[in-house]
Amino acid sequence: MIRLILRDLALAVRAGGGFGLGLAFFLIVTVLVPFGVGPETARLAPIAPGVLWIAALLACLLSLDRIFAIDREDGALDLLATAPVPLEGVTLAKAAAHWLTTGLPLSLAAAPLGVLLGMPWPGHLWLTVSLLVGTPALSLIGAFGAALTVGLKRGGLLMSLLVLPLYIPTLVFGADVARRGADGLDPGTPLALLGAVTLGCVAGLPFAAAAALRTSLR
Amino acid sequence: MPSIWTFANPTRFMAVTQRLVPAFGGLAALCLIGGLIWGFFFTPDDYRQGATVKIIYLHVPAAFLAINAWFMMLVASLIWLIRRHHVSALAARAAAPIGVTMTLIALVTGAVWGQPMWGTWWAWDPRLTSFLILFLFYLGYISLWGAIDDPDTAADLTSVLCLVGSVFAVLSRYAVNFWNQGLHQGASLSLDAEENVADVFYYPLLVCLAGFLALFVALVLLRTRTEIRARRLHVLRLRERMADA
Amino acid sequence: MRLEARGLTVGRGGLPVLADLSFAVEAGHALILRGPNGSGKTTLLRTLAGLQRAYAGEVSPGSDAIAYGGHRDGMKGQLTVAENLSFWARLHGLRDITPALRAFALERLDDRQAQHLSAGQARRLGLARLLVTGRPIWCLDEPTVSLDAENTGRFADMVRAHLGDGGIAVIATHIDLGLQGDTLDVQRFRATLEAFG
Repeated sequence: MIRLILRDLALAVRAGGGFGLGLAFFLIVTVLVPFGVGPETARLAPIAPGVLWIAALLACLLSLDRIFAIDREDGALDLLATAPVPLEGVTLAKAAAHWLTTGLPLSLAAAPLGVLLGMPWPGHLWLTVSLLVGTPALSLIGAFGAALTVGLKRGGLLMSLLVLPLYIPTLVFGADVARRGADGLDPGTPLALLGAVTLGCVAGLPFAAAAALRTSLR
Repeated sequence: MPSIWTFANPTRFMAVTQRLVPAFGGLAALCLIGGLIWGFFFTPDDYRQGATVKIIYLHVPAAFLAINAWFMMLVASLIWLIRRHHVSALAARAAAPIGVTMTLIALVTGAVWGQPMWGTWWAWDPRLTSFLILFLFYLGYISLWGAIDDPDTAADLTSVLCLVGSVFAVLSRYAVNFWNQGLHQGASLSLDAEENVADVFYYPLLVCLAGFLALFVALVLLRTRTEIRARRLHVLRLRERMADA
Repeated sequence: MRLEARGLTVGRGGLPVLADLSFAVEAGHALILRGPNGSGKTTLLRTLAGLQRAYAGEVSPGSDAIAYGGHRDGMKGQLTVAENLSFWARLHGLRDITPALRAFALERLDDRQAQHLSAGQARRLGLARLLVTGRPIWCLDEPTVSLDAENTGRFADMVRAHLGDGGIAVIATHIDLGLQGDTLDVQRFRATLEAFG
C-alpha cells in the first residue's frame, strides 16, 4: 500500500498538473470572489472562511475522477484487483495519494489566500487546521464517488452530483471551525466533530468504495 | 405458513400484487378524498395561523413519506445486497421517483405555508434544509440508476450508494442542526401529547396520512410491476438476439 | 498443481456467454483457447482470474494462484521500466526483477520511461510483469498482439520455461506457439437458450 501511494505520488509529480491545477483553481476562485461581492474588507472578511472552504472543496472535486479512471483505462486497476492486496487497502492508498497531492497543498495554500480576503489573524491558523483535518474526508468520499462511476463513459458530472451532497457535513463543520476561529471563539466543538467525520470516513468508506469497485470491474 | 421470501419470486410477486394494486389504490382514493374534504372544510381555522394551517394535510404526509420512502429504499437495498432478490432491487428503484416527488411536495407546501407564517418563502431552517439535502440525495440516486446499463451492476452500485447516503443523510441532519437552530414548529405528530396538534386537526390528518401511505404502496407496487415487465422485455430481446445469432 | 474447472458458466451483463464448461490442465501444460472475437475468451479468462463472478460452477485453485494479463498491461508511461516492474514485484512480495528483465531482454531499457518504448517493447514489459507475480497459473488474453516474430518466439520460450517449472498457462491466442497442451474451442460451449433460464 505504501508502494501504491509512492507510485501515485511519483506519477502526479512527473505528469505535472496534479498539484498545480488544483492549486491554481483554488487561487482563481478566491480571486474571483471580490469581483463578485465587492472589495470592502467588511464584506469579504465575514464570508472568507466559508468561501475558502467551498473553493477548496471544488478544487478537490476537480481531480477526483482521475483517482481510478486512469488506472482503469490502462488496465492497472484489473491487475491491482488481482494482486494480493485487499481492494479496501487499494482505495485507502488511492485516497491517501489524492489527499497528499490535493488536500495537503490546498490546506497550506489557504492561509495566504485568507489574507487576500481580509481574514482576521487567528482565522488563518484555524482555517489551515480545519482544512488539514477535513480534506482527508473529502478525498475518501471522493474516492467512493469515483469508484461508483469508474465504469461509466461520462462519469465526471454524475460523480459531482453524487459526491457534493456527501460533502455537506464536512463543509458545515470545517467552515464552522474556520469561522469561529476568525471570530475569536472557541472552535473546539466543531473541530472535534470534523475529526469524527474524517475518522468515520477512514473507517467505513474504503469498504464501500471497494465494494463499488468490485462491481464496476465486473 | 409460507415465508415472506416467497414473495420475492417475481412470478409470485406479480400474481399477488395484481390484486393488491387496485386495493391500495382504492384505499388511497377513499382516504385522500375523505381526509382532505374533512380537513379542508370541516375543521375550524387555527386561532393563530388561520386557514393556512390546513396545508398540513398535504405537507405532513408528504414529509413523512419523503423520509420513509428513503428508509424503504435502504431496507430494500440491504435485502438486495444480502439476499439478492431482484424484486427488492427493483422496488428500491421504483420507490425513488415517488420519494423525490414527495420531497418536492413537502418543500413546496412548506414554502407556501412559510410565506404567511414566517413572512418568507424560504428560510435556512434546519428542517427545510434537511429536506433540500434529502432531495439532492434522491437526485443522485436516481441519476446513478439511469447512468448504468447493466441492471445487476446498477442495483449493486445504487444499493451501496443508498447505504452510504443514509449514513451521510443522518450526519447532514445533525450537522445542519448544529449549523443553525431553527424556527420550525415542533413535530406535528409524536407520541408526546404536548407537542401534538389539537385533536380536531389530528384525526383528519391521520386519515390523510393513511391515504398518502396507501398511495405510496400502490405506486411502488405498480412501478415495481412495470420494472419487472421491463426487465422481462429486456430478457426477451436478449433471447431473440441470441436465437438470431 | 492442477487447474480445474467444473460446470463453469460465465457471462457478462447478466447474459451467459459460455455455459457448462469443464476442463483440467495439469502442471507443465498449457491450455490454448480458440474462438472468434466476442466468443467469450476474455470473459472466461477474467472469471478464472477472479475479476468476474462465475454464474455457476467452480474453479480450483482460487484466483490467488492466478496471474492475469489482459489486453492492457497497466504500465505507467511516466515511470521507468524498472520502476514499473518493481512496483508490481513488491506488490506481490518479490524484490528481484532482474530475471524478468533478462527474460525479455529489457535490461538495457530498464531506466527508460515506459512511454518512450516501442509497441513491442511495451508489450514485453507487460509480459515481464507475469514473472514478478510469482504465481503458478497464467491467464493471458492475446499476449502476442503487437509482437514481431522474434519477440513472439521469446514469449513462447518464456511460457515454455514457466511450464517447465511446473507452471500452468491458459492463453487465448490465434497463433500457434508450439506449447505442450490442449486446445479448447470455446465455440463448443456457447451458452444456449436453455442455459439462459
